[in-house]
Amino acid sequence: MTTTPHVSRPPTRRRLARGAGRAGQYLALVCYLVFLGFPLVWLLSTALKSPQELGSIDPTWIPEHPTLENFRAAFDAQPLLRSALNSALVATSSAVIAVAIAVPAAYVMVRYRSRISQAGTVWVLVSQMFPFVLVIIPLFLVLRNLHLINSLPGLVVVYVVWNLPFSLWMLRGYVQAVPLSLEEAAAMDGASRARTLTHVVLPLLTPGLVATLMFSFVTAWNEFFFALVLLKSPEKQTMSVILTHFIGAEGVADLGPLAAAALLATLPSLLFFALLQRRLVSGMLAGAVKA
Amino acid sequence: MTLLPSRAKAVPGQGNRGTPPPRTPAQRKRALGLDRGAWFLLLPALIPILVLSVGPLLYAVSLAFTDAQAGRTESTQFVGLLNFTDLRHDTLFWDSFRIGLVWALCVTSLQFLLALGLALLLNQNLRLRWLARTLALVPWAMPEVVVGIMWRLVYHQDAGILNQTLGQLGIIDSNVDWLTSLSLALPSVIAVGVWAGMPQTTVVLLAGLQNVPTELREAAALDGAGAWRRFTTVTWPAIRPVVLAITALNFIWNFNSFGLVYVLTQGGPGGRTRLPMLFAYEEAFKYGQYGYAAAMGLAMVALIAVLLVLFLRRRLKEDSR
Repeated sequence: MTTTPHVSRPPTRRRLARGAGRAGQYLALVCYLVFLGFPLVWLLSTALKSPQELGSIDPTWIPEHPTLENFRAAFDAQPLLRSALNSALVATSSAVIAVAIAVPAAYVMVRYRSRISQAGTVWVLVSQMFPFVLVIIPLFLVLRNLHLINSLPGLVVVYVVWNLPFSLWMLRGYVQAVPLSLEEAAAMDGASRARTLTHVVLPLLTPGLVATLMFSFVTAWNEFFFALVLLKSPEKQTMSVILTHFIGAEGVADLGPLAAAALLATLPSLLFFALLQRRLVSGMLAGAVKA
Repeated sequence: MTLLPSRAKAVPGQGNRGTPPPRTPAQRKRALGLDRGAWFLLLPALIPILVLSVGPLLYAVSLAFTDAQAGRTESTQFVGLLNFTDLRHDTLFWDSFRIGLVWALCVTSLQFLLALGLALLLNQNLRLRWLARTLALVPWAMPEVVVGIMWRLVYHQDAGILNQTLGQLGIIDSNVDWLTSLSLALPSVIAVGVWAGMPQTTVVLLAGLQNVPTELREAAALDGAGAWRRFTTVTWPAIRPVVLAITALNFIWNFNSFGLVYVLTQGGPGGRTRLPMLFAYEEAFKYGQYGYAAAMGLAMVALIAVLLVLFLRRRLKEDSR
């Protein structure tokens, strides 16, 4: 932070103080960069090291002989490809379903002043408070009765419900941004309600829809707890769960393949986050500020 | 005071909320303020919420008063408050609960302080800002499990970079056992929690900071207010609602967190990092004590709710003063 000196101080001292403030700011920024960045660099470096180098007692930051061997070993050790497909399938379908049912609901919550809308908002907030364990026990028992345990459709159902609150929250913000006058104009021109929704509101919502879809996808892709509880057989498990198999019972792990697999599992989320970073922030805040 | 209109503009669409929808004849027939079309739009979301969220919650609440167990042939029985009286005398649960509180309080407060510092820096016109912004998003996007694995590599006793670096700097003599030492495990895990959760908080605070009108700060600077005074009188009051919301949410999320610690230590060594969620998970899915685990979950919700109400009420009171 700049230290703005008292008004009566001579200008040279003020400039000096400001210079020191700037230097302090840069120092702090560098500390943050190191704190945030060093584990990432280490993950990358471990993934690119050969087994011999990983066994050395004097680990170095930069691999001497970078190799992609670990990635091949990772695919050999665990059904990575299969689990990536499972994750992609579950994440895509749950995101699409959650957004498809959240859009109309968000519209009603914004445009109608009603008890239901208020109850919906309260539910979105309250649902954040419940520990998953309280939800997962009954869901587990219900899904077991429906024979949806250890099945991907069962997990999709859980993720849809789990993604709904945040999807509603984000979409509410986007719906609020659609000017009411446009809808009124369409109604004046004789468009039916359904037509107004599909031809006026929906096109304007598209960017928000894409952002919400991607965020739901990432949430489901990254999710671990429900997948751990619900999926038992390795060929059904998602990537998060498969990753933990790399760590043995004693906590001993083959470090290289572990790091390589972890990197691969991060790629889709990183890609989507890079695409949606700006919208995500504005979406979250739109919900938060107008709550 | 002349600055107020511009600030209202900075938050667009604020006046939209609660504006009545376009009038149509169908609106005369309404239930709970909604016409038939609106119900039709609402139902696809309402049904899954009721069936798969509200329903299971009620079911969980009822389970907490039964002796439901895995693999039992006889039907489950209503046992009244037995689970809760058991819970009261379960020292393991209270240990775990205490650890959960320490974890949630430490992570939330450190997360907030570090995030506020970073957000203030990013709000300045500094070089390398783009890099910090990018780096601040990465941990947010990473799966919990990957974050856990990555830090296991960092903390690794022999092959980890942390011991290597600290050794080279002469800070430690022999390699430290970060995740399996009784005294260091919890602090080590807390550091990871801060790393993982800080970015999201930073982004939210930064967005809050960018809504603070610069004119106000400049005016305060012209009046001779120092950096600290500008922060406490202009910036802080403006970002306060955002701060309240994100710290309350962070506290809940942290208290309920599971994956990170599961991957890092599995609750060990000797239960020193066994967060309440891990404890309840073991109780339900390792030992099959559904009823008891549900009671545990319920107790957690109740205690979090009490803490939050206390926190928010105090804050809101300060606001109204």
